[in-house]
Amino acid sequence: MPNLRARRARRPGPRRYTRRDRLVLGVLLGLPILLDLALIWGPTFASVGLSFTTWDGIGDIRWAGLNNYDHLFTGYPQFWPAVRHNLLWLAFLGLLAAPFGLLLAVLIDRGVRFSRFYQSTLYMPVVLSLAVVGFIAQLILSRDQGALNAVLGSKNPTDWLGNPGLNIWMVLLAAGWRHTGYVMILYLAGLKSVDPGLKEAAALDGASARQTFFRVVLPTLRPVNVIVGVITVIESLRAFDIVYAVNKGRNGLELLSVLVTDNIIGEASRIGFGSALAVVLLLVSLGFIVTYLVQELRGERRR
Amino acid sequence: MSRRTLLRGAAVGAGAVALPSVLAACSSGPGGVTMGSNASDPVPKKAFAAAFTAYEKKSKKTVRVNTVNHENFQENINRYLQGTPDDVFMWFAGNRMQYFAQKGLLSDISDLWRDFDGFSEALKKQSTGLDGKQYLVPYYYYPWAVFHRKSVFRERGYDIPKTFDQYRALAQQMQKDGLVPFAFGDKDGWPAMGTFDYLNMRANGYDFHIALLRGEKSWNSPQVKQVFDLWRGLLPYHQQGANGRTWQEAAQTLAQKKAGMTVLGLPHPGQQFSAADREDLDFFPFPEIDPAHGQDAVEAPIDGFLMSKKAKDRDGAKELLKFLATPQAEDSYLKSDPNNVAVNSGADTAAYTPLQKKAVQLVSGARQISQFLDRDTRPDFASTVMIQAIQQFLNKPDDIDGLVNDIERQKKQIFSAT
Repeated sequence: MPNLRARRARRPGPRRYTRRDRLVLGVLLGLPILLDLALIWGPTFASVGLSFTTWDGIGDIRWAGLNNYDHLFTGYPQFWPAVRHNLLWLAFLGLLAAPFGLLLAVLIDRGVRFSRFYQSTLYMPVVLSLAVVGFIAQLILSRDQGALNAVLGSKNPTDWLGNPGLNIWMVLLAAGWRHTGYVMILYLAGLKSVDPGLKEAAALDGASARQTFFRVVLPTLRPVNVIVGVITVIESLRAFDIVYAVNKGRNGLELLSVLVTDNIIGEASRIGFGSALAVVLLLVSLGFIVTYLVQELRGERRR
Repeated sequence: MSRRTLLRGAAVGAGAVALPSVLAACSSGPGGVTMGSNASDPVPKKAFAAAFTAYEKKSKKTVRVNTVNHENFQENINRYLQGTPDDVFMWFAGNRMQYFAQKGLLSDISDLWRDFDGFSEALKKQSTGLDGKQYLVPYYYYPWAVFHRKSVFRERGYDIPKTFDQYRALAQQMQKDGLVPFAFGDKDGWPAMGTFDYLNMRANGYDFHIALLRGEKSWNSPQVKQVFDLWRGLLPYHQQGANGRTWQEAAQTLAQKKAGMTVLGLPHPGQQFSAADREDLDFFPFPEIDPAHGQDAVEAPIDGFLMSKKAKDRDGAKELLKFLATPQAEDSYLKSDPNNVAVNSGADTAAYTPLQKKAVQLVSGARQISQFLDRDTRPDFASTVMIQAIQQFLNKPDDIDGLVNDIERQKKQIFSAT
């Protein structure tokens, strides 16, 4: 009996908050909520609203109905290429760069020689902003003055960044270079936390190295996998700076984020039309966010 | 971290958010006229500073200059003019000025214009809004033309082409001689617009060109198709891979004598030539295509100063503008930037380089002056349609019909929107 009472005493019962507590709570919770409403939800709903109007940023806002969307899907030559490029970005980072990062992490985790050296070299691009990566790419890939064409020394130089069929791949390589290092570090951290006992048990059961990895190690990395997946999606949808640094996201490097900027920033803004583009980007993002949340909540329930 | 430091941190954070607007508010207080400058490149920046110093010396008043990176200035001009703009700011003539005048963001300076001296009728027209009032003090201009090196033409015995056929024949000859006939870069999107403007003005005349850019003519008309067709005929003589090359790199090929000609504005090739080679730079007007239009029109963008509607020190601003309209103000500028030409006929031309003198001749002999594609049309149309369309044309010059239909469809949408 005394034991029980002691436990009850420790349980947080209905507790009275002092004025001071309430004030602190109000400020600490209220401020972020206000900021969230003002900086995230406000602009979001404003964008959705504006996407049904025409507005040049100075004069009157006029209702346009679905005109912007109609023009977007049928009359704007840059739109579908931008959608394709965003999806290509996602596929490239998700199917090539991220698995490659995992591979590197596994190799380094096994303890190859000079692993610290590899680790820091591969991680180095992550500290660079993608805009800087874009400038480096230009130094290497420029048609007339780039290092690569100078090394190749061909008489007919390849236009790595000006040829619209080629430049997206070059930029993806540069973006993938950074993403691989990023993913590698995350997996390295994850691999350190895998219980060695699990691997030993698998080895005792006669599992091959491959089986151990795919059946034992990878499933225990699930939280890291989720994070890598989320980061990959975010990186693909927000991709912007590298293509903007290379050629302002034109001529083969169109992305949804660039089209939004093109239309909204500048002298005579097409804010309504740009908002419609932003709403498309929002819907695509929501698709991924909802899938992720549903998965997470289900997992929570199962646990 | 204690709660107190957290809260203090939050306050600092909020301060950081609010700080830029506070600073902006400070910059337009009393104590001299403020000047919004887009002259962020070293040469013009220094040259403008010389002009403002001349004013400060003369008037015993101060000019406080806020210089913003050129591109950023252009991108933010909307918000800049609606927010807390400087009293006077640098901008462009023509449509791009008229747009903001129409939106009521500029101050009418017609009263100053009544006393101005030395400005031609064409200049006045380019400084006038659609309501017939003046808003701009023009400062300098720079014509577009076909640039080349005198020594190359001399050594190879090339003649200056007058007609389009001669132009094409010259290009052919240069190619045979192992030169790239036209140095060409369009990575930034706008340099190729100059070629389009000239082809259109020579083939269809100035009036058609301007009407087309105002949205009054259709882009899928036979006239426009002819322009792209003429251009397509010249493309084999252009430097390949233009969409991946900046105009600076293109101008360098001309400086290195690897290319024979290039279509650019006066300040562009000059900056890429070494001081020793600058004497060797020359130009000729874009050749004639249709004798009915000859070489009447010259593309010569005009830059100048405007007074914002929200100017705090209105009297000071007007006094400064009055000074900037004088020949002396232009002289002090051009002393350190010889890549432009003064607009005022009273400016001292004795110190001009031969190239500047030739530019004056070219423009004063012109029957019409165009500004530039992105200054003669709506900026949203120029930046979201025409840049992409011309780059697409350079990639796929054979689908002219598809191209002009695309442009026309987007033009209708944009011009009908507001």
